[in-house]
Amino acid sequence: MSQTVLKVEVVTPEKRVWSGEAKMVTARTLEGDLGVLPDHAPLLGVLADGTVSIKSTDGSVNDFVINGGFISVSKNRVSILGESAAN
Amino acid sequence: MGAQLRIYRRRMRSVKATKKITKAMELISASRIVKAQQKVAASSPYANELTRAVSAVASLSSANHPLTTASANPKRAAVLIITADRGMAGAYSNAAIKEGDQLIALLQSRGLEVNPYLVGRKGINFYKFRNRKITASWSGFSDNPTYAHAKEVSDALINAFIADAQIDPNGVDELHIIYTEFKSMITQTPDAKRMLPLEVVESTGPAVILPMYEFEPNAGEVLNALLPRYIQARVFNAMLQSAASEHAARRRAMKSATDNADELIKSLTRLANAARQAEITQEISEIVGGADALASASAGSE
Repeated sequence: MSQTVLKVEVVTPEKRVWSGEAKMVTARTLEGDLGVLPDHAPLLGVLADGTVSIKSTDGSVNDFVINGGFISVSKNRVSILGESAAN
Repeated sequence: MGAQLRIYRRRMRSVKATKKITKAMELISASRIVKAQQKVAASSPYANELTRAVSAVASLSSANHPLTTASANPKRAAVLIITADRGMAGAYSNAAIKEGDQLIALLQSRGLEVNPYLVGRKGINFYKFRNRKITASWSGFSDNPTYAHAKEVSDALINAFIADAQIDPNGVDELHIIYTEFKSMITQTPDAKRMLPLEVVESTGPAVILPMYEFEPNAGEVLNALLPRYIQARVFNAMLQSAASEHAARRRAMKSATDNADELIKSLTRLANAARQAEITQEISEIVGGADALASASAGSE
């Protein structure tokens, strides 16, 4: 079991909505559902409007409804950009 | 009370009332600068991530996009000028309009037609009064812009850019933006920037080696989705900075108005005191003169 965690940020143009450490992030891109675990390959994807769920290291699950967004993954940093994000 | 003294007192009252208003506006602006600065700071994580993403796609793929390709013979340019909705902010709006005039003159000397896009009532009134052409204008949010406003404005601009300038009179080949950069509480300078076609993305700090990204669905699609948002984020940032600058300019203008009111009250108080003294002196000399007259009159009758 690797000890690496994902550093996740959910940001909109107006503010940083959420940031923290997570075990897994699931999101829906234009191609379909996508799960990101630690040590994922660098990725830049366009998100379909829908829910992004973040499973934090403490076990809680945060869901955000993202409109017009992107996901970018590199070196265990996950950034979710959205025009609007509501949880 | 003498007429002169009454006039001075009346002027002092009116200056004091004005001072109260300007002082209140100064304090309000001072608190709003802080809020506006926080908004600029709050928008930067998004802008930074977006910039990273755009530079990643731009450097890792050869995808061409209409927003990054310059026209071979540009015909028309759009200039977006961000001004204030309200006055009482010193030279804030005028400085931006002047910067715009310079840019427009420069563009025209290159043989381009200019389509002005205006944000803020001050700019709109300036152009309307002089019967200048306004392609599109927005107002009502200059001191507190939201992302939705930035989106509305930038969508109009992006549509104009995508339209073919050779055929469509609203189509443009270049997009420039005039906003007021918030450097510090005391320095704000109007600044002109070319937004479109996009140049190589300016990176902040040392060059970072970007990881080999996978793109989903593909680089072209990602770029398609990223670039309009990038423009929106840039326009939003320009609006936020302008809003912060507007508050700072208003605070400074109101502070000097308050200081001037203080000066005026001081000098009016002196004048009023002098007038009161003169009045008293005159009354005394009148009494003395009257008593003298009475005395000499009664002396003469005896």
